[in-house]
Amino acid sequence: MIKSFKTWILVGLASLLLVACGQGGGGAGSKKSKTLENTKKAGFVKCGVSQGLPGFSNADEAGNWTGIDVDVCRAVAAAVLGDADKVKYTPLSAKERFTALTSGEIDVLARNTTWTLSRDADIGLTFVGVNFYDGQGFMVRKNSGINSVNDFKNGISACTNTGTTTELNMRDFFNSKNISYEPIAFEKADEVVQAYDAGRCDTYTTDKSGLAAQRTKMSNPDEHKVLPETISKEPLGPVVRQGDAVWEDIVRWSLNTMIEAEEYGVNSSNASSLKDSENPAIKRLVGSEGELGAAFGLDNDWSLRIIEQVGNYGESYKKHIADTGILPNRGPNQLWTKGGILYVPPAR
Amino acid sequence: MNLKKLNIENKKIRDLIPQVLTVLALLSVIIYFAINAQINMGNRGISFGFGFLNQEASFDITFSMIEYDGSHSYGRAFLVGLLNTILVSVIGIFFATIIGVVVGISRLSDNYLIAKVAEWYVEIFRNIPLILQIFFWYFAALRALPLPENGISFNDISFLTIKGWYVPKFIWTNFNIFLLSIITAFIAIYFINSYATKQREQFGKQIPTIIISLATLILIPLITFLFLGVSLTFEYPVLKQLSPTVFTYEGGVSIIPELIALALALSMYTATFIAENVRAGILGVGKGQKEAAASIGLNKNQILKLVVMPQALRIIIPPTTNQYLNLTKNSSLAAAIAYPDIVLVFAGTALMQTGRAIEIISITMLTYLTLSISISIFMNWYNKKMAIKEK
Repeated sequence: MIKSFKTWILVGLASLLLVACGQGGGGAGSKKSKTLENTKKAGFVKCGVSQGLPGFSNADEAGNWTGIDVDVCRAVAAAVLGDADKVKYTPLSAKERFTALTSGEIDVLARNTTWTLSRDADIGLTFVGVNFYDGQGFMVRKNSGINSVNDFKNGISACTNTGTTTELNMRDFFNSKNISYEPIAFEKADEVVQAYDAGRCDTYTTDKSGLAAQRTKMSNPDEHKVLPETISKEPLGPVVRQGDAVWEDIVRWSLNTMIEAEEYGVNSSNASSLKDSENPAIKRLVGSEGELGAAFGLDNDWSLRIIEQVGNYGESYKKHIADTGILPNRGPNQLWTKGGILYVPPAR
Repeated sequence: MNLKKLNIENKKIRDLIPQVLTVLALLSVIIYFAINAQINMGNRGISFGFGFLNQEASFDITFSMIEYDGSHSYGRAFLVGLLNTILVSVIGIFFATIIGVVVGISRLSDNYLIAKVAEWYVEIFRNIPLILQIFFWYFAALRALPLPENGISFNDISFLTIKGWYVPKFIWTNFNIFLLSIITAFIAIYFINSYATKQREQFGKQIPTIIISLATLILIPLITFLFLGVSLTFEYPVLKQLSPTVFTYEGGVSIIPELIALALALSMYTATFIAENVRAGILGVGKGQKEAAASIGLNKNQILKLVVMPQALRIIIPPTTNQYLNLTKNSSLAAAIAYPDIVLVFAGTALMQTGRAIEIISITMLTYLTLSISISIFMNWYNKKMAIKEK
């Protein structure tokens, strides 16, 4: 009897000690990419997307995700696993997204997320690039007689999403115009649309691409219009966790590959036939020259697979944004060679 | 201490050891999680601290009971959210109690129609999930309200619209004197009541305390209006045109539809449970008590007030405390319809803007814990006061 009690105490003390000392493990500082290893082991890329934003990430009735954000995840899957379909999508609210990423529930966040200094520097995230240059705008009813943001008057009520840069921009904007306003912030985009549609607020503000996409969900889309002014810069791009440089590079260059492919006219149908191209830049893109994949532990066909299975940026944009009628005009999201601002470092 | 007493065979010590070990094990689990979280946050480059509470929040909030705009700090935003949570909880508890008591008594009514209506009310509202009721009131019921230009007018001083309920604003002069007079009135009422009790107990004299109390409550503040320079004027809401088809009201006070919908849903839902408590409480008082009261000549009101209710309350209060706690915690569903409570403002927007999940969620949980415990303590005090005092 006595002995057993003594053992109890010993075991208790020992376990306390173990708990206190046995920390560590799970660290991500090593040279090898833990995320890459885990992804290969799991057989799919863990990707965080929106809860449904047409053109960016939206699920159809069968549960298939499409959109230009989804294409970033597909590109990473094609590069890393050889199959663009090997992605596990996690729909996230604006509020949940960063926690999901930093906690390791997802490995890539492709959810129309604005790149800002504080997000990049402060909360353990790294933005890898921009896949859509957006800006915040306002939607109003066509019959309201409001044709520009200059027609806004004191007492206007504005609906938006909570947990976004939109809330901050809205304040900056109305303050700079010296207009008092009533901000109403909902958690889900669908609720914003419903409240605005019902007449709870006079204007609905979010990224212009989002306005264009959400307009299609209104009970009568033709009754609404987006005002011409853009009140903020909203560079939207994929995000990864801080601390895994290799994984960061893989996601960055998967996106860059899509944009560079468009620049050199390489698309999903002609990519494999361009293996013997005269242009060394094209040959590097389709993997017949150089050893670019080796830099992040991938084979040499990683970029070819992206182009073949997902397509170049132009194809992706046309399919998801232009042909769906969301924003037919590419605006700033055109290549730098064609008057836009899409410009990526060379893949060499 | 005697060494003999420390012996393991001593029963007290033997009983104590498993308890101490359990506490140690629990502590080590907590320490493990804390250290683990710290290491993981370190690895991912996330810092920990509460300094952000002093930073500028830079977002606005629809509705605030204290002065607030985006130039105030996150700490201030927290306070705004907290006050809004308390506001909707207090309103909810107030109406839930009134509806609950009325419905609970109605269920026992001899009138068939009243009893059935009360029964159906309870069965319908307690069996639909609260979040759906909130959505119903906000998106279905309030959506039926007119736009500001066609607002439902109450005598042209108050307007009910889809953008909110606009009511006149009270503008006081010498409000402090008025407040003082109210407090004086209440103190006076307290003394009148204790005097009346004494008279009743000593000489069996009944004094109509309710009428006297009401008169005091009206007369004393009235004097301040007439002689001490207190005055009250109203600022009425006025329709304002923002563009050819966009209207709003200016002036007055706007009670936002989010608050109305949430308070409605919370009180209608919780009232069903309180009604059942009230019914159980009244039924729990023995029939003989009422008969005995009647036999000594008390009338129906006196029986209810002096005999039934004091005993019923002992049964009603403890489960009703639970309902008050539930209502307060359920108010966190506010986020779904954009009512700026602590969850939406602090655990929502502020969390997003700062990314400080662990800090903010801990603060929010602690806040709810404090709120709930405060309600608990108050209700326990009230319960003790109402409990049988053995003489």
